[in-house]
Amino acid sequence: MKVDLKRFHETFFEEAFEHLATMEAGLLELETRGDDAELLNTIFRAAHSIKGGSGSFGFTEIARLTHVLENVLDRLRGGRLATEPALTALLLKATDLLRDLVEATRSEQAGTVPIDETVAALEATLSVEPAAAGPASARAPAGAGPGAVCEISFRPHAGFFRQGQDVFLLLQEVAELGEVLEAKCDRSRLPALEALDPEACYLSWTYRLRGVTSEAAVRDIFMFVEDACDLMITTVAETTASSSAAAPASAGALAPKRQADASSIRVPTEKVDALINLVGELVIAQAMVSQVASGMTGEGLIQIQEALGMVVRSTRDLQERVMSIRMLPVGSVFNRFPRTVHDLALSLGKHVRLEISGADTELDKSVIERLGDPLTHLIRNSVDHGIESPEERVRCGKPEEGVVHLRAFHEGGSVVIEIADDGKGLDRERIRQKAVAQGLVRADAVLADEDIHALLFRPGFSTATVVTDVSGRGVGMDVVKRNVDALNGAIIVSSVAGQGSRFRIRLPLTLAILDGLSIQVGREIFIFPLLAIAQSVRPAPGAIKTVLGGRGEIFVLRGEQVPLLRLDRLLGIAGAVTDPYQGIVVVLESDSCRFGVLVDDVLGQSQVVIKSLEQNYRKVDAVMGATIMGDGRVALIMDVVELHRIAVRRQDETEAAAAEADAETGAEAVVTASVP
Amino acid sequence: MSKSALVVDDSATMREMVSYTLKQAGFEPLVGKNGQDGLEQLSGAPMDLIITDLNMPVMDGLAFIKAVRARDEYKFTPILMLTTESQADMKAQGKAAGATGWLVKPFNPEMLLQVIAKVVPKT
Repeated sequence: MKVDLKRFHETFFEEAFEHLATMEAGLLELETRGDDAELLNTIFRAAHSIKGGSGSFGFTEIARLTHVLENVLDRLRGGRLATEPALTALLLKATDLLRDLVEATRSEQAGTVPIDETVAALEATLSVEPAAAGPASARAPAGAGPGAVCEISFRPHAGFFRQGQDVFLLLQEVAELGEVLEAKCDRSRLPALEALDPEACYLSWTYRLRGVTSEAAVRDIFMFVEDACDLMITTVAETTASSSAAAPASAGALAPKRQADASSIRVPTEKVDALINLVGELVIAQAMVSQVASGMTGEGLIQIQEALGMVVRSTRDLQERVMSIRMLPVGSVFNRFPRTVHDLALSLGKHVRLEISGADTELDKSVIERLGDPLTHLIRNSVDHGIESPEERVRCGKPEEGVVHLRAFHEGGSVVIEIADDGKGLDRERIRQKAVAQGLVRADAVLADEDIHALLFRPGFSTATVVTDVSGRGVGMDVVKRNVDALNGAIIVSSVAGQGSRFRIRLPLTLAILDGLSIQVGREIFIFPLLAIAQSVRPAPGAIKTVLGGRGEIFVLRGEQVPLLRLDRLLGIAGAVTDPYQGIVVVLESDSCRFGVLVDDVLGQSQVVIKSLEQNYRKVDAVMGATIMGDGRVALIMDVVELHRIAVRRQDETEAAAAEADAETGAEAVVTASVP
Repeated sequence: MSKSALVVDDSATMREMVSYTLKQAGFEPLVGKNGQDGLEQLSGAPMDLIITDLNMPVMDGLAFIKAVRARDEYKFTPILMLTTESQADMKAQGKAAGATGWLVKPFNPEMLLQVIAKVVPKT
């Protein structure tokens, strides 16, 4: 709604003249009556009213003059200035000038009345006591960032309603701040009906929101009720580390009590890690208790199980909360790339658009921190090598502008980050020639796509015909691979000539805890990440078929055929079920392909704490870690993607071996030993 | 249905501007020239919003707010006070007297409506 203020101008001018008359009369009377409080107040109020109206109507000159006039009158009123004849004369002169100014403004000629000199003279009388600079607007905005999760805890005092406040209005405004992840009402302070005062407020609320722009925006909602409630605003996971680091420095001098600082604290990562470790131990302990209880009979069992249920829930909650402390949205890394792409495209004379999605996908802080370099490299590569020049693109019938997609999403218990471009794709032939030239492969070698892609990650390998300052010096791709490996991640390349290439980095969500399904093979227990499991079934008779002349098996599930792996054969475990119809097939999903694994039995679902095998033993293929079960046994946690890769490789090797009747069977891949 | 409001200010410009803006927003405002006058406008009929200046002759805004809050019918009525930058401590005094919120002068109609939206539910 727009209100035309012009209609009030005439009222304002008329009233201003009345006020001016009041001021003039008052000032003249002041000379005879001296410091009369009520008289001074009347004069002040007149000046104050003119100032208020002029500010609303944008009469800046009037506002400027009345502002300083008002300040002088306020000092007089407060006894901080004495009424001397010289001052009264100055004030009278200012009043006359103000009248001229109001008249000029009325005829829209405000600029013709010079007021600087009088303003300066009035200011000079104030300079005895320096005017306080208004710090009100100097409040630094607390950077929250679009991906951050803001927790608002709002606890109105009992007398909240007596100020005419409306809780519902406030909560409505809060809900409009961003995406509400959680809204909770705490009724625990609600007394029994006999004791309830219907005019008092007993409830309090907690909101968790995503996308809150700033803490100031939250405080703004509660500005009228700050004194009538306990308000706590916590911003978890700031998107940019720099904003939190910079804020205290710039705000250091001013604002002695900045509530924004009090409600978010900086904690050393080690403390959080220690907490995570401890929670991990708690989860194990709780699993042990649960296991003991499940074996119990007799009295009190139901109570124990109920109590345990509560412990389990709380532990889970606690764990999630603690883990979330370390989680940051990948957006904090992504947001630097639009600039990278823009600058790079400009310097190469290309048109490239970067499309980002899934920036709010969260990953462990330590993973995020080490993601910047490999991603930068891959994106620069896409722009430099992938996307063609505008002319070439037009020749190929593509739009002039190339697109690089940067995506993050969850898949099967991990986070996938994908860099895809619609450029020319990997040049198979050139990679091959280069590899031959460098003596990496034999000239007559038959190379599968996978082999070609593997070459990319060889140290010192580059196909760029011209070494640019962007990329192509042969450093990087191997480093990218090393970085990703170090994060327990995997990188997969796919490429179609003329259509573009895609680099997929698969990363573990967190390095500490996993929802898993425990399965038994022989006497060993393994854990599969729950998110990778499509289903587990006892195979119907005839559902398993032998293919490739007995070297492979497939499992038919409702018309769909998936390759079947026998974990006991793959891992060399004795004493496992050999008749597939006596076992269970667990169908796993990895990299959008499915495969079945034959196991003896499915033991159940549980949350496991990942203990790094690498730190305690050494890196083992297809095993992402180990865990301690409720009964104290150690179980290996399988890396489903790697398992599939190894299985496929093993099969290929078996085939190759069978074909060439070669004695060498290759891979010593997976150990079955328990973790020390 | 229109909502009821009371505007108390010794400045006719302010009274007119605030009243006009309130009318645009669907209120039917009464006016008072000072606190005393404002109290006399309160007949006991429900009031959706009260806006008052602080510095006024006869009865100032603080005394007015206290008197309004003392009346059972207006215990929970949202009361907005008009303050200026130079009256920062007045906010606290006003709140203590029972004011719901404040609006710092000079303001324009848009700012007024924003603040009203903070204390009066939309119909």
